[in-house]
Amino acid sequence: MYTGKRILIFFGAMALALLHPLCAAADVYDEEERFPVNEILSEHTSDSYWWHITTINHHHISIYLPVIVYSETDGWQAFSSKHLAHGETYKGFRIAGEGKYKGKIVGNNAAGEAYRPWDISITKNALALMINSAIMLALFIGVARWYRRRPKNAVPGKFVCAIEMFVMDIYDEVIRKNIGDGHQRYAPYLLTAFFFILINNVMGIIPLFPGGANTTGNIAVTGILALCTMVAVNLFGNRAYWKEIFWPDVPVWLKVPIPIIPVIELFGVFTKPFALMIRLLANIFAGHTVILSLTFMIFVTAKMGVAMTTGMTVFSVILSIIMNALELLVAYIQAYVFTMLSAVFIGLSRPAHHPKKIKTQT
Amino acid sequence: MLTPDFGLLFWMLVSFLIVLGLLAKFGFPVITRMVTDRRDHIRQSLEAAEEAARKLENVKEESLAILDEARHQQASIIKKAMADGELLLLHAQQKAVEETEKQVALARQRIELQKEKALGEINAQVAMLSVDIAEKILHRQLDDKSKEEAFILQMLNETDSIS
Repeated sequence: MYTGKRILIFFGAMALALLHPLCAAADVYDEEERFPVNEILSEHTSDSYWWHITTINHHHISIYLPVIVYSETDGWQAFSSKHLAHGETYKGFRIAGEGKYKGKIVGNNAAGEAYRPWDISITKNALALMINSAIMLALFIGVARWYRRRPKNAVPGKFVCAIEMFVMDIYDEVIRKNIGDGHQRYAPYLLTAFFFILINNVMGIIPLFPGGANTTGNIAVTGILALCTMVAVNLFGNRAYWKEIFWPDVPVWLKVPIPIIPVIELFGVFTKPFALMIRLLANIFAGHTVILSLTFMIFVTAKMGVAMTTGMTVFSVILSIIMNALELLVAYIQAYVFTMLSAVFIGLSRPAHHPKKIKTQT
Repeated sequence: MLTPDFGLLFWMLVSFLIVLGLLAKFGFPVITRMVTDRRDHIRQSLEAAEEAARKLENVKEESLAILDEARHQQASIIKKAMADGELLLLHAQQKAVEETEKQVALARQRIELQKEKALGEINAQVAMLSVDIAEKILHRQLDDKSKEEAFILQMLNETDSIS
């Protein structure tokens, strides 16, 4: 009964997922009546100074977001991105249409050359991150409050139970198993990272307003997450961990005079978080691209006659449903993988507690 | 695509650190601690229940043992009582027999005594009678002097022979 309902809701949501690109693309054929796949793809997957919701009859419906830039002449400036829409210039700033800074805010310096100012504008992705953070805080502080207000042996309801199930699954299966003793110190970070990635991934799949931003498919977001893991691994790594890097348990000629293994190990310190960053980015970016491309099939074939369009629409919808389901799975898996690998790396940075794992290189 | 944007880096760092800070203080530790506490509570309760069940089992066994022992004691007491009763009866019978025998022996002794006494009296009576009769006879014979002397001699002889 519940499963049936849930599947219905799920597919309903997926059908809605298809509405968004439909609306967005309806007015986007260029002058030669061609569908500019690459442009729309990059528009949907990259960051933006406003949140484009849809276009109806050549009329853009967007949420304009605050631009915060540091001007070389006037210091910090804050204004709505509405002033920069359609290639306009405002207070000496415009959005570059071409060149190195394409799509970014640029100003003209004294020499008349375009330069990139310090830009901490609240972009689409920044706003999405804030919304998702707020959702996350509401979820978990709400659940924590539920526990705090009740006696120890209170029986939680469905919602609290569901959250608890997710939290404890990660806590028991990923964090405790991979880190072992002293996992309590890392548990809040790893749980935060997991749910931060999961919520951002899932919100990215939802095509309508608070969702749809490609946050975890952006290198800045995954980069910060990977950096946090790197800090957690290296800041609290114990002596045995550093010995493993600089004086590993290998024949001496591999360490002196040319420190081959130490160099490789030191390299590993950076490649591990780098791999975390790229893996998450690539998976989510690819997912968004595939779903969008499947939807684009409708528009690409729209000019090829009714039969073709109908056939391709049905095909596209079916494939999109499958891809969205897959992306939901990927959303969880990637959050899980990131957290698990972070936990494994942290576990490796405390090898005294894991004598068997010293030799394991992930 | 692979060049991170400074603004987004900044906002990501800010958002993530705020979320991390708040949830590390008010979120996840509360949840994990509560669930762990509840797990412990459930485990303790289960252990307590098991312990109680085990104790109950013990109590049952003990009560059964006590009952069994009581039954045994009862049986043995009854047995002993019966044996005692029989013994008592036996004793009483023996005693009665002995008593009777004693009584009979006493009676017999008394009868013997009485008999001897009676015989003695009869003897005395007979001697008296004999003396009386002898006196009377002598009275008559001593009238004759010669005869008297002979008789005394004869008497003396007889007495000598007796002693």
